[in-house]
Amino acid sequence: MVAEHEAPEIVDIPINMGPQHPSTHGVFRMVLVITGEKVIDVTPHIGYMHRGGEKLMEAMDFRQGIGYADRTEYLAQFSAELGYVMAVERLMDIEVPERAEYIRVILTELNRLSSHFMFMGAFGIDSGLFGTSFTYAFREREYIQDLFEEVSGDRLMYAYFRVGGLAWEVTDNFVQRVHEVLKTSSKGIQDLDDLMTKNEIFMARCQNIGNFTADQAIANGLSGPMLRASGVPWDLRKDEPYSIYPKLSFEIPVGHYGDVYDRYLVRLEEMRQSVKIVEQALEHLPPEGPIVPEKMPRRLRTPPGEVYSKVESPRGEWGVYLVSRGGDKPYRLKMRSPSFCNLSALREMTIGQYLADAVVILGSMDIVLCDVDR
Amino acid sequence: MEILSAPHLNIDQPAISAIIAVVVLTLIMTFAVMFATWYERKAVARIQQRLGPMRVGPWGLLQAFADTVKLVAKEDLRPATADPIAFEIAVFAIFVPAFLALVAIPFTEDWIVSPLPLSLLYLLAVSGLSFIGFLMAGWGSDSKYALLGGMRAAAQLISYEIPLILAMIGIVMVTGSLNVSDIIIFQDKVPLIVWQPLGFVIFLTASIAELERQPFDIPTGESEVAGGVFIEYSGIRWSMFQLTSYVNMYVFALLGAFVFLGGWEWPFGRDVGWAYQLLLTLVKMTAFIVFYLWARSTFPRLRVDQLMSYAWKVLIPFALLQIFLNGLIIVYGLPDVLLLVTSGAATVALGLLVYQQVRVEPRQPLEMVSNAVPARSMV
Repeated sequence: MVAEHEAPEIVDIPINMGPQHPSTHGVFRMVLVITGEKVIDVTPHIGYMHRGGEKLMEAMDFRQGIGYADRTEYLAQFSAELGYVMAVERLMDIEVPERAEYIRVILTELNRLSSHFMFMGAFGIDSGLFGTSFTYAFREREYIQDLFEEVSGDRLMYAYFRVGGLAWEVTDNFVQRVHEVLKTSSKGIQDLDDLMTKNEIFMARCQNIGNFTADQAIANGLSGPMLRASGVPWDLRKDEPYSIYPKLSFEIPVGHYGDVYDRYLVRLEEMRQSVKIVEQALEHLPPEGPIVPEKMPRRLRTPPGEVYSKVESPRGEWGVYLVSRGGDKPYRLKMRSPSFCNLSALREMTIGQYLADAVVILGSMDIVLCDVDR
Repeated sequence: MEILSAPHLNIDQPAISAIIAVVVLTLIMTFAVMFATWYERKAVARIQQRLGPMRVGPWGLLQAFADTVKLVAKEDLRPATADPIAFEIAVFAIFVPAFLALVAIPFTEDWIVSPLPLSLLYLLAVSGLSFIGFLMAGWGSDSKYALLGGMRAAAQLISYEIPLILAMIGIVMVTGSLNVSDIIIFQDKVPLIVWQPLGFVIFLTASIAELERQPFDIPTGESEVAGGVFIEYSGIRWSMFQLTSYVNMYVFALLGAFVFLGGWEWPFGRDVGWAYQLLLTLVKMTAFIVFYLWARSTFPRLRVDQLMSYAWKVLIPFALLQIFLNGLIIVYGLPDVLLLVTSGAATVALGLLVYQQVRVEPRQPLEMVSNAVPARSMV
C-alpha cells in the first residue's frame, strides 16, 4: 500500500533585506514576508544611521549648523543649506542681496540636476541594468561636482551658503563654467532618456507598479516628484515661492498614473526644467554686487521666536522648524525630511507586488538614508 | 538506425587519443574562459564609457590570471548549517555538463573530440542538465536568497529549454539531420538563418535565458537576490560557477554559429583548410558573444512572471508555429522560398506582438503645469 503523504505545508518566508543589501540605498532594512514571489507584508526598519543630528545642531551656533545641514541631506546639500539659512534669515529678518540669491538658485538647481542624475543611475541598477545608466549618470554628475568644488572648495560637504548670503565670491569664470556644465548635462539627460525611457523591458518593469492616487499621496504626506507623479501639481517653488523663483519661468511636470514610470518621467522632465531655470538665472545674474548684506552683524544672534522654512529639494519638501529663545544657538531644531515622509508609503505600495518590484518601488522613492534617520 | 551508422563518421577512435583530446580541450577552454572574462569586462567597460582592467599586464590582459590566483587562494567557506553533500556536489553538477557539451562540438571539419551521430540532441540534452546543480546549490546553502535563486533558476531553465528545443526541431526538419556536422554541411550555399529567421530569434532569446544573462539574469539578479545561488559560495567554488557560465556562453555561441550562421562551411565552402574554417567558426562565435555582452549592458531585467509568460505565451506558440509551417512546406513539397516568407512574416508578427503587449494602453504624457494649484484646494 502506498504510504500516505501529508500535503506539504505552505509557509510564508520572511526575508531580511538589508541593511547590507545592494539595492536598499544605504543602511535601510526591510523584512519582506513572501509567499512564492509575492510580497504579502513589509516591515521597514530605520535608524541605523541615526546620529542625533537635530540635537547636535542645538549645541552649535547658527554658522556651524550649516555644515550639519549638508551632512543630513548629502545628495542635495545646497537645498538643505538653503532651507536652514532661510530659517535663520527669516528669524533675524535679513534681506539677502540679489546677486547672492541668483547664485544660490543656480547652485541649488544644479544640485537638483546632480541629485536626479544619481537617481537615474541608481534606478537603472535597481531595475536590472548592468551599471550602464550608473556610469552614464555619474559622468555628468562628475562635471557638476567639479563646478561645485571650484566654487565651494569641497566635493560633498559644500557649506557655502551663509546666513545673509554666501561665504565668498564665486570664481571669475563662473558663468562660463556653468554654461559648459549645462551643455554636458543636457546631453547626459538625453543619453539617459535614450537608454531607458522607451526600452520595452524598462516599460514593462515600471508601468503600473506601486500606483498611488492623489488622495493616497496626500494622506501619506508625500511631496516632491512622488506627489507630482500622482497628479498633484504642487511644487514649493511655484506654490509658496521663495528666493527669486517668482521671476523665473518654468513648468512643473505632473503625472497621471502615480506609478514608478511616472516618477521616473517626472524626474527626467524636472532635470530639463532645471537646465532651463539655470539658463534664465544666468541671464539675469547681476554681474557684480554684494554677496552679503552691508550691515551684517559679526555675531549671529536671533530674537526669540519660532520659524518654519521649507524649500523644494529634489526629493520634496525639506523643512526646518527652528525655535529660538534668543542667543546664538537654536533652542530646538526639527528637520522635516522628504525622504522620511515618502518612505512611509513603502508598505502600502509594496504589498501585493512581486519581490523584484519591491526593489524598483524603493528605488523610485529616491530616499537618502542620512536624511531619513538624521 | 540509418543515422547512427553514417558512413563518413568514425567513432572507433582509440581511448588514449580521446583522453588527450579531452584534456587539451579542457585546458584550452579554461584559457578561453579567462580571455572571455577579460573581453567581457573590456567590452562592457567600453559601452559604459570606462576603461576596464588596465593595470595587470598590457591593457589588463593578465587580469584574469590575477583574479584566478586570488580566488584559488581564498578560503573555501561553507555555512555551518548548509547541507555538506548538496553544497559541495552542486558545483560539479553544474560544471561537468558544461564541459561535457564541448565534446560534440566540431570546431572545424576534423577538429572534433567525438563525432557523435546525434550531436545536436546530445548538446541540447547535456546543456539541460545544469538546473539540477542550481537546485542543489539553492537548497543546500540554507539561505533564503539562495533558495529563491535556485527556484528561479530551475523554473527558468526548464521553461526556456522548451522553445530552444522546438526551434531546433524546426532546423532538424529542414536539414533532415540531428548531426551538427551535417547541419553545417547543409548550409554550403545559404545559412539557415535565411530559411528560419523565427527559429533564430527564438534561439537567440532562449539561449540568453539559458545562460542566465541580462535581461534574463533573474536567478542571480544582483539588485534583488544579490547573487542568488552563488551567495554562500566563495573562492574556488564560486570561480567554478563563473567558469561554467562562460563555458556555457561559448557552447551556445558556437551552437548558434553552427546551426544558424553556417559554421565553417558558409560562405567559402569546405575546401579552404582548417585554419580558415577555425577562423570562420571563431568569428561567428564572437558575433554571438558580442550580442550577449551588448544585451547584457543595455537591457534591464525582466520580472519573474514576465519571464514565464514570455516563454509560455510567446516563444513556445511561435516555435510550434514554426514547426507547423515547416511541416506544411516540406510535406507538400512547396518551394523553399516559402520557408523564408512564412518564417519572416511570423518574426515580424512576434515583434509586433511584444511591442503591443508592452504598450497595453496608450499612456498619457506628463502634464506640464506652469501655475501650480495650492495643495489645500486639492483635498
